[in-house]
Amino acid sequence: MQTEINLRVDGTDRQVTVDTRTTLLDALRERLANTSPKKGCDHGQCGACTVLLNGRRVLSCLVLAVTAGGKDVVTANGLAPDGELHPVQQAFLDNDAFQCGYCTPGQVCSAVGALDEFRRGWPSHHGDTELTRAEVAERMSGNLCRCGAYTNIVTAVQQAARA
Amino acid sequence: MRAFDYQVPADALAAMRAVAGNDSAVFLAGGTNLVDHLKLGLTHPDLVVDITGVTSDEVVERDGGLWIGAAVRNSDLAADPRVCERYPMLSEALLSGASGQLRNMATAGGNPLQRTRCGYFQDNTTPCNKRRPGSGCAAVGGHARYQGILGTSEHCVATHPSDMAVALSALDAVVHVLGPDGERTIPFTELHRLPGDEPSRDTVLHHGDLITAIELPDTPIARRSRYRKVRDRASYAFALVSVAAAVDVTDGVVRDVRIALGGVAHKPWRAYLAEEALRGQAAIEDNFREAAAAELVDARAVDGMDGGNAFKIPLVTRTVVSVLRGLTQENQ
Ligand SMILES: Cc1cc2nc3c(=O)[nH]c(=O)nc-3n(C[C@H](O)[C@H](O)[C@H](O)COP(=O)(O)OP(=O)(O)OC[C@H]3O[C@@H](n4cnc5c(N)ncnc54)[C@H](O)[C@@H]3O)c2cc1C
Ligand code: SF4
Ligand code: FES
Ligand code: FES
Repeated sequence: MQTEINLRVDGTDRQVTVDTRTTLLDALRERLANTSPKKGCDHGQCGACTVLLNGRRVLSCLVLAVTAGGKDVVTANGLAPDGELHPVQQAFLDNDAFQCGYCTPGQVCSAVGALDEFRRGWPSHHGDTELTRAEVAERMSGNLCRCGAYTNIVTAVQQAARA
Repeated sequence: MRAFDYQVPADALAAMRAVAGNDSAVFLAGGTNLVDHLKLGLTHPDLVVDITGVTSDEVVERDGGLWIGAAVRNSDLAADPRVCERYPMLSEALLSGASGQLRNMATAGGNPLQRTRCGYFQDNTTPCNKRRPGSGCAAVGGHARYQGILGTSEHCVATHPSDMAVALSALDAVVHVLGPDGERTIPFTELHRLPGDEPSRDTVLHHGDLITAIELPDTPIARRSRYRKVRDRASYAFALVSVAAAVDVTDGVVRDVRIALGGVAHKPWRAYLAEEALRGQAAIEDNFREAAAAELVDARAVDGMDGGNAFKIPLVTRTVVSVLRGLTQENQ
């Protein structure tokens, strides 16, 4: 079944006709040519496809595109609308927080969401009230990095939190 | 993936009717389990009914307890100050599950209905009585590390993977359901089934039954409660064993206690035998150990090429003792 949906992607209204089986990730990448979110596992296990949906971090590989109609999607691309980097992106550059870069757009969106959750006082399983390294690791545990850049990712997220 | 129609019903009644009236229709909530299963070919509906807009997404006070709409996201529920204060084990259970992204998507109604993570169930090419009744069970003698030790059957040894459900079992939550015959309630401890000779059925729900809310009764004992999850890595992993517990100790004696176990059975396992063994007894470690032993009398390990899951039996005991020790030390 084909359905027409309207989405706001990175600040621009987009209209696209999708099969109901299409995930938001595939709609973004294959139909709207936004290759910022990556497909790692396609099963909700790696976090590479993380985007902000109505301001919250979610896994776009487990969202059916039809359910995102009328919603606001922000990918890592949209965090730097006029080429000016978001503090999280800047912190990733400053700290060399990636190697191949494949997981990075997902890490960046996840960090933006995680910092917002922290500022709103959401608790975590780790339970530190400060963004210690262990606290950042817990809040970012849904984002895997095959290159193992975790050490610098944690430092980058800590820097962004102070920005 | 087979093609399907997608429907956004006007209200809960219309959603229930849309699914009840079509054998091949399913409810879609957060989608974190269902969309995965669509891709894995474990379910092939011809109609997907989106229920995120038809049940409440609010947590409200009722009769001294809390009423959780089925559409409340796991992250919102875990952060709700009333849950953190009055039912900390529930907040802890939710926060120990999945990841930040997944908790933002997963709902209160969908979480308890997620299906087992048994690797054979998720792999269409292997025998699995839960997925294809009568085909056999590849887990026995296979990968058994995550399988159950209590209430298993010769047909299925899978475990229920939800953390939230373990806390809801200990809290005597009540499930509100809207079905073809109207509204009804089900005690949470009776929602899930043991596999028996019909492992394809996880719960007592019938096709078309819509969970509309989950009610937490007023439970003063839960104000001091814990959820402890033991797993293969510190975060983002399913439980090997987990324990939800609350205890009320006065003058060194256990007046009341709640214990539920995760990772051990086809359902969240309320440890009634351990509770009974502890009530009225001194709050000391030997008694905690004996209570765990009472619960585990019928525990049976599953053999596997990975070494099996016999380790879970002592692990349950140690985790129960550790959680109760922590709670009772704070209590004094
Ligand atoms: C990588 C990964 C790691 C995870 N780790 C954990 C973990 O550590 N601990 C844990 O507990 N969980 C974990 N999960 C599972 C996750 O918590 C569940 O998938 C989620 O809670 C399901 O909720 P949902 O709203 O997304 O349900 P959906 O996927 O939308 O639905 C699940 C099922 O319930 C049915 N359903 C949904 N809502 C209703 C309703 N109101 N009435 C009737 N039927 C309904 C659907 O038809 C479907 O069959 C993990 C998931 C992934 C992908
Ligand atoms: S344990 Fe249950 S779910 Fe796993 S293979 Fe056996 S029958 Fe299937
Ligand atoms: S691609 Fe979505 S979580 Fe891996
Ligand atoms: S930088 Fe290569 S996967 Fe993370």
